[in-house]
Amino acid sequence: MKSLMCSFKNHRGLTGLYVLMAGLFVPTLAMADDLSAGDTAWMITATVLVLFMTIPGLSLFYAGMVRSKNVLSVMMQCFAITASMTILWVLFGYSLAFGDGGSMNGFWGGFSNAFLANMTVDSMSGTIPESVFMTFQMTFAIITPALIVGAFAERMKFSAMLIFMAIWVTIVYAPICHWVWGGGWLGSKFAILDFAGGTVVHINAGVAGLVACLMLGKRKGYPTTAMPPHNLTLTLIGAAMLWVGWFGFNAGSELAADGTAGMAMAVTQIATAAAALAWMFAEWMTHGKPSALGIASGAVAGLVAITPACGSVGPMGALVIGLASGFICFKAASTLKRKLGYDDSLDVFGVHAVGGIVGALLTGVFSATTLGVFSGQGLAEGVNSIGGQVFNQSVAIMVTIIYCGVLSFIILKVIDVVIGLRVSEEEEIEGLDLASHGERGYIL
Amino acid sequence: MKLISAIIKPFKLDDVREALQEIGVQGMTVTEVKGFGRQKGHTELYRGAEYVVDFLPKVKLEIAVDADQVEAAIEAITKSANSGKIGDGKIFVSGLDEVVRIRTGETGSEAL
Repeated sequence: MKSLMCSFKNHRGLTGLYVLMAGLFVPTLAMADDLSAGDTAWMITATVLVLFMTIPGLSLFYAGMVRSKNVLSVMMQCFAITASMTILWVLFGYSLAFGDGGSMNGFWGGFSNAFLANMTVDSMSGTIPESVFMTFQMTFAIITPALIVGAFAERMKFSAMLIFMAIWVTIVYAPICHWVWGGGWLGSKFAILDFAGGTVVHINAGVAGLVACLMLGKRKGYPTTAMPPHNLTLTLIGAAMLWVGWFGFNAGSELAADGTAGMAMAVTQIATAAAALAWMFAEWMTHGKPSALGIASGAVAGLVAITPACGSVGPMGALVIGLASGFICFKAASTLKRKLGYDDSLDVFGVHAVGGIVGALLTGVFSATTLGVFSGQGLAEGVNSIGGQVFNQSVAIMVTIIYCGVLSFIILKVIDVVIGLRVSEEEEIEGLDLASHGERGYIL
Repeated sequence: MKLISAIIKPFKLDDVREALQEIGVQGMTVTEVKGFGRQKGHTELYRGAEYVVDFLPKVKLEIAVDADQVEAAIEAITKSANSGKIGDGKIFVSGLDEVVRIRTGETGSEAL
């Protein structure tokens, strides 16, 4: 979309722009001729692609990186999150994020559209049916909590995980989503550029993951015991699915089939490839061998970093963003984590938060039209300098980090006191597949 | 009668089997095993986390032979399993008190 701050460069008339904006925030019964069959067809496809990112993409990406005794637990968590976030989204999440909160609209969307009370076959959101817009946004509310799973993998209680995700999506994801995309204060006061979710999705998930892994503590035996990934072929397949599905995420965020969506697709591919190679070569030079896990991790880092940028940067800007994120995330996942000693099992912070921050900041640089071949399509409306845009981006980053960090801490603390966050030591050694689910991933 | 246990590199198994068949060895038992000797293990690296893998995969062959066949069998294994590199494995020879063929009840050398 994603909203006001990106709409300025849409290749459509001003009237279309107003229709789009009106449709976004106050879904209305609209004339049938507002509906674009092309946009609608693309957005249905994009929605499916984003769902494809979580199940199976992210599930497999994570499943391969854990030990074989926990393979089902991470896949199960991703699957259960997909189902439960869907229900929460239709009950009240969509209303909180994209409803009209009246006098409180700066902060939340209210409950006016709870139970999808106002959504009919004919209600529109811009040029697409509201049902498509609602489902598209739902897939974002699914993947964001699912990303956090990687941080506390192999040790969190399934029940505690379900409760945490339900509360988190309600009081962390939905409000931030509203602030940035739903007409709330961040988007309207600071003119930030976050096309497809650098702050809302990736920094948000990465910070929640860091808080969660700190609160839960290290896995038993970390870092002295070897905990190598049990099946990197699954991880590579999952990473490849994420790469493919991400075009729905990024190009779909235009909510239309137009030039911006096309450019979003192109720059996504460029940044991803650059980041994959940057991680691969950095690892090759540092550790002597180019690894499959490395190139896959680099690709994901690039996808994360181009996410906020893909609606406003050009191809060469994307190349730089990709190279930077691949290298910096490599450092974060391989060096920073070791130095600081936290056990972010699958590097949710190192890839998603760090990649998201790199992307959000560089979006403020490479959206500018004054950089020659590195130019983008323009800064947010009303912002005149790269410095000003980078400042706005920093505000969005800081707000997300602080709000998400503090609330994630409180939620986890309460759950810990009430039911406990962690499985018992015995269950952890046995493996969550058997201990939590009574099954084994592999019976060979 | 002697029992020869040979630990070899997995990719040499076919060469060793052929060499032993050529000198008339009638059967063998093969097991996939793990272990280390002078070759030690190797290191694996995942996102900067280095793991030392102590035990390397090897193949263990067990062959029961008559005492007069032992030298030839050892020579066949030594030649065919030799890659010239560290980690080619070892051969252990021990005495064998009795052998019984289950189907016929034959014992001793006749059962080999």
